[in-house]
Amino acid sequence: MICIENLHKSFGGQEVLRGVSLRVNTGEFVALVGMSGSGKSLLLRNVVRLIQPDSGRVLVDGHDVARMPQQELEALRSRIGYVFQSGALFDSETVFDNVAFPLREKTRLGESAIRRKVMEELEQVGLADAEHKFPAQLSGGMLKRVALARTLVRAPEIILFDEPTTGLDPIVVNSILQLFDSVHKRRNLTGILVSHEIPEIFGIVQKIAMLHEGQIAAVETPESIRCSQNPVIDQFVNGKIEGPIHYQN
Amino acid sequence: MIAYCTRWGAWLVEKLARLGKCALFFIEAVVCCVTPPLKWDRIIKQTWFIGWKSMPVICLTAAFTGMVLALQGHPTLRRVGSEAFLGPLVALSLIRELGPVLAALMVTGRAGSSITAQIGIMRINDQIDALELMGLNPMRYLVAPNLIAFVVAMPLLSAVFDVIAIFGGYLLGVRVLGLNAGAYFGEMNNYVVLHDILNGVYKSMSFGALIAAVSCYKGFNTRFGAEGVSTATTQAVVDASVLILVWDYLLTSLI
Repeated sequence: MICIENLHKSFGGQEVLRGVSLRVNTGEFVALVGMSGSGKSLLLRNVVRLIQPDSGRVLVDGHDVARMPQQELEALRSRIGYVFQSGALFDSETVFDNVAFPLREKTRLGESAIRRKVMEELEQVGLADAEHKFPAQLSGGMLKRVALARTLVRAPEIILFDEPTTGLDPIVVNSILQLFDSVHKRRNLTGILVSHEIPEIFGIVQKIAMLHEGQIAAVETPESIRCSQNPVIDQFVNGKIEGPIHYQN
Repeated sequence: MIAYCTRWGAWLVEKLARLGKCALFFIEAVVCCVTPPLKWDRIIKQTWFIGWKSMPVICLTAAFTGMVLALQGHPTLRRVGSEAFLGPLVALSLIRELGPVLAALMVTGRAGSSITAQIGIMRINDQIDALELMGLNPMRYLVAPNLIAFVVAMPLLSAVFDVIAIFGGYLLGVRVLGLNAGAYFGEMNNYVVLHDILNGVYKSMSFGALIAAVSCYKGFNTRFGAEGVSTATTQAVVDASVLILVWDYLLTSLI
């Protein structure tokens, strides 16, 4: 279970997160939505302590991430998968080597066992025939699939997706989201998905949290969010220009 | 006046904080170099990249440096009737000073800049964060191998520089200006001692550590996209080059 309590974070005098509180139960898949620059990725980075909060707590299974000793943090991180917006694949290594990388570096598995596990994951994401390709030779959707395979090969219990479908065409977006859904159901993962893909994400998450002006404006089920009377949610979900959300072109 | 002092004070504090951060970065890198596990495959790969791939530029600059030294030294020595000392002049200038310094400056431009850009791109593409989340220490994985590779490769490159430059001086002094070959090498043999060679080796090792520290630090702290990478790379080359010359002065006055 991930429990974020009253989290604050500022950059250069500008407070981005102003007391964010959010709870993600074990096995739950929650979407985090909000305007660009509202601090969604920042919140996700706090969960794995890539950034330290100014105040507040992030508890993962009851343990305060910000105050963990390094060894404990590493053990926690080994249970968490993180799919970056860019994919964060190593350019100089092939798809196979990218997926095999965490196994080679962090386990004592032999090369044949690594090969078996990597090919299993690549098959799951539909890229078994791309094992010899380099990231530069892949399309945007394929990059995201490889990134997912590299995350899943470590068998995480919690998975965090940081805008994994940004910049992809609608068909690829749907196929990637379906892939996330099937992975979540098959492995019973706890997950947070930062995304702008509305309404595509409605079918795959249990809850949607809306981040607005540095705080969680609402946490609702996809069904209730569709017909929410909250003006912030109504404007964001329906893409209305007029409303309480101030945006910059 | 108070505002002026406050501004300068803030500037000084910021510079000292940055220096401290850089020193901590270097200390952490050194700790990663002397504690297991070492990433041997990456150390070998980086030594090959820094050492072997810098050979063409080192050979080329060395040959011309040696020839210029001979060209400049010969008329001056002839004026005092000491042309025979052209060999020691070329050799001592190179082994003690020019070899390590010029090789370091060349390697800064070729390999240091490349390493800054590579680490910088990894930073802005989240690859360093990805390493951290996989439970790998980016310092151990990215910085320590470069530090070891630079410290190993620099004395070797410096030695190659010296040999080729001495040969360049020989070509010009003996083949073009008509100096006696025996005098060129014989006097060199009389005047160059082990201390001179060790002096050059220590210098080039410390230059290697310096280039690695500056290049990796700048790459690690790259921000704001492509422009950030470009700025970090330029800063790495300028800072490392200036520091090499300053450090060279300090070392020369100490040893």
